[in-house]
Amino acid sequence: MAHVAFTRNLQRHVACPPCAVAGGTVRESLESAFTLYPKLRGYVLDEHGALRFHMAVFVDGVPIADRRGLSDPVSAASEIYVMQALSGG
Amino acid sequence: MDQLLISTRKGLFSARRTQRGVWDLESVSFLGDNVSLAMQDPRDGAWYAALDHGHFGAKLHRSKDRGATWEELGVPAYPTPPEGHVEKDFLGREIPWRLIRFWCLTPGLTSQPGLLWAGTLPGGLFWSEDFGATWHLVESLWHMPERRKWAGGGADSPGIHSICVDPRDGNRVVVAVSSGGVWHTKDLGKTWTAHTKGMRADYAPPELVEAPESQDPHRMVQCPGAPDVWWVQHHNGIFRSTDDAMTWTEIKHVKPSVFGFPVVVHPKDPDTAWFVPAIKDERRIPVEGRVVVNRTRDGGRTFETLGRGLPESWAYDLVYRHGLDLDDSGERLAFGSTTGSVWISENAGDDWITLAEHLPPVHAVLFV
Repeated sequence: MAHVAFTRNLQRHVACPPCAVAGGTVRESLESAFTLYPKLRGYVLDEHGALRFHMAVFVDGVPIADRRGLSDPVSAASEIYVMQALSGG
Repeated sequence: MDQLLISTRKGLFSARRTQRGVWDLESVSFLGDNVSLAMQDPRDGAWYAALDHGHFGAKLHRSKDRGATWEELGVPAYPTPPEGHVEKDFLGREIPWRLIRFWCLTPGLTSQPGLLWAGTLPGGLFWSEDFGATWHLVESLWHMPERRKWAGGGADSPGIHSICVDPRDGNRVVVAVSSGGVWHTKDLGKTWTAHTKGMRADYAPPELVEAPESQDPHRMVQCPGAPDVWWVQHHNGIFRSTDDAMTWTEIKHVKPSVFGFPVVVHPKDPDTAWFVPAIKDERRIPVEGRVVVNRTRDGGRTFETLGRGLPESWAYDLVYRHGLDLDDSGERLAFGSTTGSVWISENAGDDWITLAEHLPPVHAVLFV
């Protein structure tokens, strides 16, 4: 299973330690994490399921291309990192 | 009221009046987070705090123990736009169908338990019937063709910053939009009508100066004790209505300026209201660097400019829409500025004391 970790800045608002997730895409992987941490969804995604403007997701060190559909592929060995996009200095 | 909540860019601060009559800061909730506003529900005493995390979106929290603990509530969700729909505001700028920020929270009447109204950016009005656990878009207003003529005023997108629930009939609600006019419903949000006759928008093209959607009310209040009387601090000046917000009369020649953002009205005396004037669009600073409050006690025929205890020079404090509050007695006032100053008066504005000078930028103050 892939692993997903969340920025420490999120931990201040929602408890979300790193976890193993199932799924072949970023969407499926995040949905798996949201099953564990339901409140996390609204902090990472907007009401339409798109990645929030000031958030970033990396899969194996590469920022995802599909911020709206979250269709970027994920393998069982992938490391997913959810962080803030640096903005505002 | 002996406590003041101060919503700031970096937390919700609380100040309290001691038995010796001194105001002191005493605690802070959400330190480091952007608190855009707070509200106290008079029906059950609960406090609400709206947060704007930026990265993580807008959130809403409630405290049933006056800030000792908070619980996170639901937030409004904008509908999914039709496939391929790209909405633009009156000026051609794209408007996202996405919650950006809470801009006001207003409880329903005692006869409407659990009912809350939320005004948001980019222009959606929402209601909750379960104390904010879940929210519903007022679709009639959102899908109204005229809503497309709203434009950003106080922010990049339009927003509802004032919601007045008629104390005589909770089905009657009036909302004010920056920038988009004043809209009435008599049927709990099923239908809406604009009433802005008498308002004018000098900044608009000549043929649109009187158009309802051109109007930019910065803040609108209804006198609780005389609910036919309304006051608006408009981008273009000060307007008053004595016919239940159906028509408006412009009040001109107010020194040092008719421009500003906030207004509060006395809870019983509809002729008494307070404003914080500033130089308008070009600069948005106090006139001559002097912080003052304007008060009228005669329905706007005359104004007193009050500054005793306030900075007299080299001060550039701007006070936004929700940055001025008046308590239930009509005697205690407080206002907070973009440069982190907060002042309090206990005699209707005649004298002011400095509560804070180094807080984060203040969005809103509220007596509780």
